[in-house]
Amino acid sequence: MDLANQQRVKDAAEKFGADNVIVVLGSSDAEGAGIYAETVTAGDPTFAGPLSGVALGLPVYHIFEDAIRAEADPAEWENQISMMEMVLNTEALAQAVAEMRNEHGKSVL
Amino acid sequence: MPNAAVKSCSYCLAFTPELAFHYGNTPYMERQAKPDSEFLAALPRAAQSYEEACRYAPNLAYIGAISVEELSGRPQPWLDNLEPAPVRDGRFGEIMPEDEFLGLMDLCDVFDLIWLTEDFAARVKDRLTARGFWAEPQLARLEKGHALSEIDEEVKNHKALPLYYGGKTAGCCRRGHETDENLSAHVLLENIASKATSVLALMHLFKNAGMKPEELDFVVECSEEAIGDMNQRGGGNLAKAIAEIAGANNASGFDVRAFCAGPAAALIASASMVAAGARENVAAAAGGAVPKLYMNARDHVKKGLPALENCLGSMAVLLTPEDGESPVIRLDSLGKHTVGAGASPQAVTTALAWEPLEKLGLKLTDVDKYAPELHNPEITLPAGAGNVPEANYKMIAALGVMKKQLERADIENFVKERGLPGFAPTQGHIPSGVPYMGHALEAMKKGDLKRVMIIGKGSLFLGRLTNLADGASFLMEKMPAGQGEAAGAVTARDVEEAVLEALGNLAAALSE
Repeated sequence: MDLANQQRVKDAAEKFGADNVIVVLGSSDAEGAGIYAETVTAGDPTFAGPLSGVALGLPVYHIFEDAIRAEADPAEWENQISMMEMVLNTEALAQAVAEMRNEHGKSVL
Repeated sequence: MPNAAVKSCSYCLAFTPELAFHYGNTPYMERQAKPDSEFLAALPRAAQSYEEACRYAPNLAYIGAISVEELSGRPQPWLDNLEPAPVRDGRFGEIMPEDEFLGLMDLCDVFDLIWLTEDFAARVKDRLTARGFWAEPQLARLEKGHALSEIDEEVKNHKALPLYYGGKTAGCCRRGHETDENLSAHVLLENIASKATSVLALMHLFKNAGMKPEELDFVVECSEEAIGDMNQRGGGNLAKAIAEIAGANNASGFDVRAFCAGPAAALIASASMVAAGARENVAAAAGGAVPKLYMNARDHVKKGLPALENCLGSMAVLLTPEDGESPVIRLDSLGKHTVGAGASPQAVTTALAWEPLEKLGLKLTDVDKYAPELHNPEITLPAGAGNVPEANYKMIAALGVMKKQLERADIENFVKERGLPGFAPTQGHIPSGVPYMGHALEAMKKGDLKRVMIIGKGSLFLGRLTNLADGASFLMEKMPAGQGEAAGAVTARDVEEAVLEALGNLAAALSE
């Protein structure tokens, strides 16, 4: 995960409390999604950014997970997301993030 | 509406593993934080060698030594299936080795920034001279060299950055000012490397087009470097600096910046000037980015893969007035991503691929090939960034399904038929669709292609001034003679043909 984004996530968790922050990922690659999810739960696995050794345990979801989709306006979903739904392996993405969340997350929705 | 003809293209790589290891941003930042890291220790061993770079099929497709179709037919992974013999020169350009490139940086230096050791300076002068490519006035620009002790002194006490070849100090890049960080040795090294790679591409463009440097009217430069001092960081005109070294004495120029969409934007600006008659011809040129060297090497090393990102990419495209033969850039259907368009992939694809075609009453299937971000997937996949061009093709096809121009079952075929393998180095602006223009030009001349779409996309958030997405696109098309001219307007060719016909009729009447 980009170092600046790691800092933004860390700042938000500190400012609002880890229980009041949800991370929603839009990554198109399952491996990348898994690494992002690991970063905001267990800490930066590359030990390069502000979340190195910082296990925030945030509830992290991929946008294609049902829990997030249920929150979306169907019309906006159609306008903004449906094309990508056709293109990406949504199950693999959801699974990659869910695995990290279940293993390292401290709270879920 | 008049258009501009795509006359010639050039694409070059500069193989620079030492620059990559010392000044590529990923290893550079690692060295600042953890100089004794395992990654830094392993990286030189993982580096692709020059011979391997010259046998690597995507590199050969980039310089035009093989066609895109040939690349598609090569067994993958390309990494494990290197070409039988190394190839330095292709139809579009070359893969320059690092010693010659350090010499080229010196050749491009007008502020005594690059110092080479005496031995190394003599070596590269011989090497560059032996190529028979560089003009005598250019070779005369090479310095005789400095004692190693002088270079060590510059590095130790005056913040110069050492330049290496074969693990030894070959020279240094000096700072341009004592306190201005915009003129630090680091910034100037990036800028002069960009300049040198652009000069290389421009010189190959002259060769490919069969034109003299003096015949060039204008240069539009479109890399991602910022040229200027503390009072005008990014003030620019790298274009003119490039034209000067290339011997284009009758040219002027300016720079265009739009992150990775810069080259597509620069070609649109260049084509507009040519079509309007404001410039006789324009070369759009881009050099390589030192910071992006070894950008994803951490993942490559971790996975035991060769670190491929040790080549700087550069390119140049020559645009001239329509001639009825050469393919054109169509100016009546330019794609732009508006402020209000939205940043989702769907919104961006609609703006860049769908809307320009809709304007012309064309379908997505009326385009023979799409050239979006042509990143080499063997670099991006191990880094978790996916297969970028393939993802783009799937998005365009999925949009076609949504617009009811394609069946969902046709997506795979659409990707196969209208897509391309990614073959460009991950140098930000370099993969932005433009590397396909040379191949498209050849295919259109042969009649194998009619219409392609070039798509560039930019990540503006990186500059921290806006979160907007960005992009630009245009159609490159083989048009029948005169079709691109203003409807109903009489062209010089029309007049010539009418006069010849009248003279023929007169001759026939007199002979009766």
